Amino acid sequence: MKLKDIEKEEFYRASYGCAGCAAVLAVRLTIKVLGKNSVYVVPANCISTVSCYYPQAPFFVPFTVMAFAATASACSGISAGFKRRGREDIHVVGFSGDGGTADIGIQALSGAIDCGNKFIYICYDNEAYMNTGIQRSGLTPYGATTTTTPSPCFENRPKKDMLRIVAAHDIPYAATACSSYPLDYMEKVKKASQVNGPTYIHILTPCPTGWGFPPDETIEIGRMAVESGVWKLTEFENGEFRTTYTPKRSRPVSEYLAAQARFRHLSPEQVAAIQKEIDAARD
Amino acid sequence: MATEMSTRKFITANEAVAQAAKLARVDVVAAYPITPQTSIVEKIAKYIADGEMDADYLKVESEHSALTACMGVRMAGARAFTSTSSQGLEYMHEMLAYAAGGRYPLVLVNVCRSVALPWSIWGDQQDAIQQRDTGWIQIFTETGQEALDMVLQAYRIAEDHRVLLPVMVCLDSFIQSHTEELVEIPDQATVDSFLPRYDPVVTLDVDNPYSISVGGFGKHYAHWREEQQEAAEKAAGVIVEVGDEFGRIFGRHYRGLIEEYRCDGAEAVLFAMGAVTGTARDVVDEMRDEGKAVGLVKVRAFRPFPVELLRKVASQVKAAAVLDRDCSWGYEGALATDLKAALYGLSSPPAILNFIGGLAGADVPPERMKYMLDKALAAERGTTPHLEFIDR
Repeated sequence: MKLKDIEKEEFYRASYGCAGCAAVLAVRLTIKVLGKNSVYVVPANCISTVSCYYPQAPFFVPFTVMAFAATASACSGISAGFKRRGREDIHVVGFSGDGGTADIGIQALSGAIDCGNKFIYICYDNEAYMNTGIQRSGLTPYGATTTTTPSPCFENRPKKDMLRIVAAHDIPYAATACSSYPLDYMEKVKKASQVNGPTYIHILTPCPTGWGFPPDETIEIGRMAVESGVWKLTEFENGEFRTTYTPKRSRPVSEYLAAQARFRHLSPEQVAAIQKEIDAARD
Repeated sequence: MATEMSTRKFITANEAVAQAAKLARVDVVAAYPITPQTSIVEKIAKYIADGEMDADYLKVESEHSALTACMGVRMAGARAFTSTSSQGLEYMHEMLAYAAGGRYPLVLVNVCRSVALPWSIWGDQQDAIQQRDTGWIQIFTETGQEALDMVLQAYRIAEDHRVLLPVMVCLDSFIQSHTEELVEIPDQATVDSFLPRYDPVVTLDVDNPYSISVGGFGKHYAHWREEQQEAAEKAAGVIVEVGDEFGRIFGRHYRGLIEEYRCDGAEAVLFAMGAVTGTARDVVDEMRDEGKAVGLVKVRAFRPFPVELLRKVASQVKAAAVLDRDCSWGYEGALATDLKAALYGLSSPPAILNFIGGLAGADVPPERMKYMLDKALAAERGTTPHLEFIDR
């Protein structure tokens, strides 16, 4: 996919999203790939909160709000209904946050993958419950402060590895992505849409409000995440993991951490420990 | 009047329900196992496996997902079915309210069972009663035949564009669910003439995109909730209308929201729901033979609550014995409370004696029913409220 191939038409506009919101960007990019022949299930999260209040209607494709724990089960049911009506051509897309995916929605996600209906589950990961005011989730990284892991304490556990969790279900296709690499992400959405079964894409979406950086740095922060090795762009297909993008330059994680208020309390020793873990994972 | 091609079989109410789901031509069944509901979905799975039923069976990992998947099926414009019991219904609670508020025309069969703790697989109606305020139409049935017939009617009621609310058809565990009785199974062609294909008002339609099941602030939220209440009130009329049509076609007549039995000239009347009303009818006959002026009101629709009908019956009697197989802990049985509220403003209301019984499968034998009715006969109008647990 090339930049010139990106659909010009906007199918998601005029939301109440924060300035610099990468989750909003991820929604826009997703619908540009899938087009008008797609429907969206959005549970309790930032996207539904900034999109769903009548008479506001930023989705120019069919859209429904769903309960927090119910994204994947709703997708599975919609997909089953479309199948019965001979409309398997319609893409059914779930768009859930990190808490809605890795915490409260993980049971339904596991069940729906196991059930095997065709749908695309997109987890947009801003690494905390941002919509309710920055509370920690199962995808909050080690070292981050949130309103429920406030300084001088901080999140003391690593992120759950959702890619490996869904891969353990023998899912036909899964991938990680980052909003700062739109072509990589859009190619993965395209690929997922061609699979006849459940698929999962986990996109890291930096959050200026929750992470504590200026709104015009959203893209740069995402790049730093990938270039520092904090986040990797990978795919899981036919039982194998594959790196889809290797950064041309490598940055120390200290730059990434120093750019965000949520990590500012970390001591040089703690930063060095995080760097050591990244280096170990690379080797 | 049996229709020409109908068959008669000795089957359990659970099998009757499975037959009804098949006859209703549901597209997708999503359900999670729980005793005593399981044999419904086992039967359905077998019909599908044998090619007798053209539907897809969704293997879900919980009741929460089962009901959500059914909502999804509806959003895609197809017909869904699920059933559960007890803890399963409790686990669905969040989605029950979601489905009613979102005006999803779903049908769920609840095989009524006790709620833990204390843990029990046996029957009472605590599970269904605890879902009273989720916005579902709740209809309690007495027999396997009534369960089958009500599932077919439930789709008509739920999908009626004046209603568009989910319907919970309740049956009693074991007494109905696992007891074989003679059930007339209507033929497919006749059912098709009664229950046409689903005609949805709104779906996730890519050619005509809508945001559905959205959020709303203040006045919009209030407006939709008011519409929901109006729909629930209209459902009362639709239940009667659909029941009348069903009676004309199938020859089995259900008398709408309540069924009165020998209430004319009665001094004391027993109010009850579900399978226990079968025994109660015999008890009324026996007591009438003894010269005692007693009657029975079988409450079929618990929501919408048949206020006017109950007010009419109760205003003519001296005392009402209300049997609740449930309790709103710290107050009394739910049917008793709602009946009392329905009688508000009567100049000379009957005494209301509330009996909590039949909990966790406890039998409510004829002697116990006579005891309740005798006590009611002895009560005077306007007596102080009475609450009594009768199982011990």
